[in-house]
Amino acid sequence: MKTLSHLDQLEAEAIYIIREVAAECENPVMLYSIGKDSSVMLHLALKAFYPEKPPFPFMHVDTTWKFREMIEFRDRKAKELGIEMLVQTNEEAAKQGINPFDHGANYTDIMKTQALKQGLDKHGFDAAFGGGRRDEEKSRAKERVFSFRNQNHAWDPKNQKPEMWKLYNTRINKGESMRVFPLSNWTEKDIWQYIKKEDIEIVPLYYAKERPVIYRDDNIIMVDDDRMKLEPGEEVQHKKVRFRTLGCYPLTGGIESDADTLDEIIEETLGAVSSERTSRVIDQEAAGSMERRKREGYF
Amino acid sequence: MAVGASFADLAVILVDATQGVVTQTKRHARICALMGIKHLVLAVNKMDLVDYDQQKYEDIKQEFLQLTDSFNLDSVQVIPVSATEGDNITKNSDNTPWYQESALLPYLENIVVTDDVDMEHFVMPVQRVSRPNHTFRGFQGQVEAGALKVGDEVITLPSKEKATVKSLLVTDQEEDEVFVGQPVTVQLDREVDVSRGCVLTTSESISVTDMFNATLLWMDDTELVEGRNYLVKLGTQMLPGTVMNIKHKIDINTGQEVPADKVYKNELVKCDISLAEDMVFDKFDHNEGLGGFILIDRVTNMTSGSGVVEHELRRSTNVVWQDTDISREIRAQQKGQKPVTLWFTGLSGSGKSTLANEVEKRLVSTGHHTMLLDGDNVRHGLNKNLGFKEQDRIENIRRIAEVAKLMNDAGLLTMTSFISPYENDRQQAREIIGDDFVEIYVSTPLEECEKRDVKGLYEKARNGEIPNFTGVSSPYEAPENPDIEIDTSQYSLEEATDYVVKQVMKYLD
Repeated sequence: MKTLSHLDQLEAEAIYIIREVAAECENPVMLYSIGKDSSVMLHLALKAFYPEKPPFPFMHVDTTWKFREMIEFRDRKAKELGIEMLVQTNEEAAKQGINPFDHGANYTDIMKTQALKQGLDKHGFDAAFGGGRRDEEKSRAKERVFSFRNQNHAWDPKNQKPEMWKLYNTRINKGESMRVFPLSNWTEKDIWQYIKKEDIEIVPLYYAKERPVIYRDDNIIMVDDDRMKLEPGEEVQHKKVRFRTLGCYPLTGGIESDADTLDEIIEETLGAVSSERTSRVIDQEAAGSMERRKREGYF
Repeated sequence: MAVGASFADLAVILVDATQGVVTQTKRHARICALMGIKHLVLAVNKMDLVDYDQQKYEDIKQEFLQLTDSFNLDSVQVIPVSATEGDNITKNSDNTPWYQESALLPYLENIVVTDDVDMEHFVMPVQRVSRPNHTFRGFQGQVEAGALKVGDEVITLPSKEKATVKSLLVTDQEEDEVFVGQPVTVQLDREVDVSRGCVLTTSESISVTDMFNATLLWMDDTELVEGRNYLVKLGTQMLPGTVMNIKHKIDINTGQEVPADKVYKNELVKCDISLAEDMVFDKFDHNEGLGGFILIDRVTNMTSGSGVVEHELRRSTNVVWQDTDISREIRAQQKGQKPVTLWFTGLSGSGKSTLANEVEKRLVSTGHHTMLLDGDNVRHGLNKNLGFKEQDRIENIRRIAEVAKLMNDAGLLTMTSFISPYENDRQQAREIIGDDFVEIYVSTPLEECEKRDVKGLYEKARNGEIPNFTGVSSPYEAPENPDIEIDTSQYSLEEATDYVVKQVMKYLD
């Protein structure tokens, strides 16, 4: 009897979840952020229904400040794969000129969270797949695979349903919706190993290359277009850099790196983590991931 | 904890060597066993505090083995450890020369936990049917047991057809053979009656029936009461089902049987589940994928309980529905009417019975054949063995619904007038009676009902003389979408009757 590898089991679980949603929910959508986790989730959706195309659309919430390479990648992939890609932007806020330089913390809420809610409401989606993983942060660790949201898309931790075996309860009351996380049980290491095993294409920004950047508050920010406002004393430099997470370019810090192959990236990303594992895993994991986040340039 | 245990293959339970096996140890071991964990490790910790005393370890080991003897486990390992000193964690310790078996980590790394499910037979619940074009029809699901090859013959359940496997996909790859755990798409060589919820198998012994005995873990804040109707999700099937014959609770600490009246959150009971239709299932011990189920509350949609199938019950095969030559339609035709049940619901004193009585008079005067069921003619006869406890109230409503249905079958236009305060119970009545159920909500406000207090009941209830009085000390769940709604405080009796009769006529065409 053959037994499944660790990655095979994670893949089987995610595909089971994706198929359950397609079978039981009326109007699902898969959120697509163009990042590596989204690339894995899209790949799983294609495999889950083969030879059929995924029986639901994909939706990208576009803040209008994403890296240009991300948008090119998104449009090319959607065309190549023949999937329906909806793009949702908070048009009104964009017209008002809401931007990451002048509007600080509100910017993310207005251009991401609000735009997402607008998109879900506009199309009446009752279930939205997200690429969230339990290993990302403590607050996500208790999150279910099927997470219930009320009419205002709010999460009530007390009102979540126990999930036994593979028996997911997808029944919702009128106006409620679900977020579904098929990658819940994956770790960052699993994601990278799966990308390698399945040869999944990811945005080139993950690979080191000479790019125009500035140094600001200990972060390396790429000057992706002429909307980037330089402050006095800042000067555009050309450095070999890559990005470990992808978002809005003015808010995403890169790292100087020579890693321009997948193996080198995996080595660079996971090297620190795996050496931590040799001593006490639990304490250092939490501390380590926080640290990593700061290094990755989350503001 | 049960949620976590349901995903695990093995559990490590910790005991304190200075304390031994305590209540919590027993509780955790029992939940692990119930959720299908076949391998337990008991880590006897703090051995350093008992001077690595072998006798202490042996006593704890014996007690634990005795406890787990009845659990149907594949392996139990008891390991003496010290977390702070590192004894027997990564390697065997010199402090416990009497323990020559494996240390904790090597044990975990080497144990084989592959489920001991029936590997002879292939089992796959169908998640969805994929039909991208006219030539491709694939059944998608995850293999729950066994293996399957191209060319094998499979049986479809519940339709019990036979077909040969034409092609197999594991995700997007063509394969000759598929195994347990894999996500697959199966194509068969002929048309079969298979949709989501059906099962493809090579086994001849899987049950297809409408009742089973189960061990149930209750997880809802609202207590479980016998006779309540829930949605039962098992594998990829979902059907209405009723919890029947709650036999006893199991004391989760001692394993002893205790009488069960009401069942509260985190309690374990033995009961029967009676399903609205046939379901495909297997004993949990035999196949987790076809033996575990959850109960979903039909109003709140919460996952209220989870359980495991112990064995099937063959009730339905013993009672064969008697087909009669004179049908419901013929009886109704003879009376020249469409039989429906007008289900009046509302608070005590809302005017249900008065209104139902007037409506009946009006219908009779226009040539209809009717029957009114109310407290007087039902409580004193058919249901006189029922009290006012919650399960009695549920049974009361169930019998009324069944009688109303029989009256409808007899061709009669039936009216029922009962408070029927629970959405769940009315939902069950709607299911029993079917399409001919018309819900009439008499929505007279509580203040008005209390002001009327025809029978003096509200006063007694306020004085605490009547416990569980609807509207005072027990809730009334107002219908969300009644077919007809009338507030009798706003109209005269004649106006109200006019309105209801006019609305009812829409259902009689």
